[in-house]
Amino acid sequence: MKRVLMSLVALILFTLPATAGIDETINDITKPLASFIGSVVFVKIPLFGAQLPIVVLWLVIGAVFFTVYMGFINLRGFGHAIKLVRGDYADPNSSGEVSHFQALATAVSGTVGIGNIGGVAVAVTVGGAGATFWLIVAGLLGMSTKFVECTLGVKYRLENEDGSVSGGPMYYLDKGFNEIGKPGLGRFLGVFYAVGICIGALGIGNMFQSNQAYVQLNTVANGALDGLGWLVGLILAAVVFAVIIGGIKSIARVTEKVVPFMAVFYCVFAIIVILMNFPALPQAISNIFTGAFTGEGVAGGALGALIIGFQRAVFSNEAGIGSASIAHSAVKTSEPVTEGYVSLLEPFIDTIVICTITALVIGTSQVADPNFAGDATGVAMTSAAFERQFSWFPTPLAIAALLFAFSTMISWSYYGLKGWTYLFGEGEGSQMVYKVIFCVFVALGCMVQLGPILDISDALVFLICVPNILGLYFLAPIVKREMKKYQAKLDSGEIKSFRH
Amino acid sequence: MSNTVLLAVDGSDGSHRATAHAIARAKLGGSKILLTYVIEWSAYSFNTPEENAQRHKRREQEIERATTSVVGPAADRLRDAGIEVETVVQHGPPAETLIRLAKEHDVAQIVIGRRGESGIKSLIFGSVAGNLIQTSPVPVVVVP
Repeated sequence: MKRVLMSLVALILFTLPATAGIDETINDITKPLASFIGSVVFVKIPLFGAQLPIVVLWLVIGAVFFTVYMGFINLRGFGHAIKLVRGDYADPNSSGEVSHFQALATAVSGTVGIGNIGGVAVAVTVGGAGATFWLIVAGLLGMSTKFVECTLGVKYRLENEDGSVSGGPMYYLDKGFNEIGKPGLGRFLGVFYAVGICIGALGIGNMFQSNQAYVQLNTVANGALDGLGWLVGLILAAVVFAVIIGGIKSIARVTEKVVPFMAVFYCVFAIIVILMNFPALPQAISNIFTGAFTGEGVAGGALGALIIGFQRAVFSNEAGIGSASIAHSAVKTSEPVTEGYVSLLEPFIDTIVICTITALVIGTSQVADPNFAGDATGVAMTSAAFERQFSWFPTPLAIAALLFAFSTMISWSYYGLKGWTYLFGEGEGSQMVYKVIFCVFVALGCMVQLGPILDISDALVFLICVPNILGLYFLAPIVKREMKKYQAKLDSGEIKSFRH
Repeated sequence: MSNTVLLAVDGSDGSHRATAHAIARAKLGGSKILLTYVIEWSAYSFNTPEENAQRHKRREQEIERATTSVVGPAADRLRDAGIEVETVVQHGPPAETLIRLAKEHDVAQIVIGRRGESGIKSLIFGSVAGNLIQTSPVPVVVVP
């Protein structure tokens, strides 16, 4: 046994110099691809000296429209959303089905990922402190978009013959447009979306996650994993493989249970760090507000900060991308709009709570010591901010990042798969093809540098919001009708709280 | 208060003994028995999207399994003894669900078997019988 181990170690050491070049080769290939995709999706229009990507404008206008059209449901519906999640309206006689809480928890574990730790740092680096302000505003507006897309997700989900459910934008675009007499357009948008989420899942929900997990692990290991991205990637891919193909539920189950605790652990320590940096807090908050409107030191000024803030918010809470409605559509309810209410808590938790806390950790550290992170960006920057107060923190943070990344990858493998099955049917063979492709990309994610990966995943994810939001405009009247009908039932007492 | 006895079963040895006790009690008092099986389940767990999508199907399977392997045979045993039986199979937190059913059906008494879990497990998780005793609005008979 010992001999086998020894020879294995020898073999790995022997092949190291040969494989160290893999990372660079892959990087060389992906860079031009990234810049090409990025240039197509992020067509920019110059506006008051800043470059505004049309796609960001598309999302913002959508979010503002849904907020106004639904009568500020993001603020109005908050209390009711909490009651629904608490189970006040759940009939105990039909328990055992997916509850509102479970649907929300699953969707949140798909969105709370590395973006909450690393993405915010990227936003602050590029867009200045003011980007945080716009990140929060985008989170608030995004709640309305989520409300619309998740209501539709439940309303138009497909109940398969075997009793399982499939839902998401491809289904509501397809079936919803059929209902309003535009079946051709609906089918086209559905296919467009499904293709987009299949490929997009490989970026935001896959390569970006595994890449950042590797970066953080390497930081903790003091660079001992330099050039070993391929190895970390292979291990990660093997674990994802075990879960989504091997069906080893125990791994997924452990992750799903640990992730919520990690999120709480992260927030608690973040708040402690903010309190320890307390003298810097007023200045950090003031930087956020002044930066938001003056955009000091940011390319494009205030508008530049706004663009970055919005971009990062969407990347983090996925409002407008439609992915979460795939997860939310599994809930068991006779009133689709209830899931809409519940889903608006998602951008709240993800962006307004977790991202803001991260931004304050970074912001207060920056005020206390402008050079605290050196050249670090992304997760490494957030990690450095924690390290200023707790030297041991990078290790648990690396573990948290790894778990966040892992649970996000598991969720996204399902989102991508649903796009795939919409296109190619629910056959097991075809599902296997996608799952294998997904695992290959997990490994690839650790082999390329952050820049091109962020560009590719950003671009693909923003691309699928085009058919999604277009569909939401057409279908919003249906959601509004559902909302009014539901409100009337609540008012008349037809729907009662079971809480006594 | 009705003359109904709620008998909680889960297929364990303890629940067989509880069934025997409930039969004796029902015969003496001419009671009807509400035969219940609570499938342990929480609305506040964390699942993968795949699990959620399969949930409806699984729920049906769980109810089917509980009905055919536990509740069905127990109901036969009760009917053979000449007792009127109503059956309920439901998901939920066990003690809480039993209490709700007891209230809804206005039962006179709850009969449950003792699992006999000891040590650390019951210390951390408590036991269904223990929770019932603490919170039930009607008398609880725990059959050892």
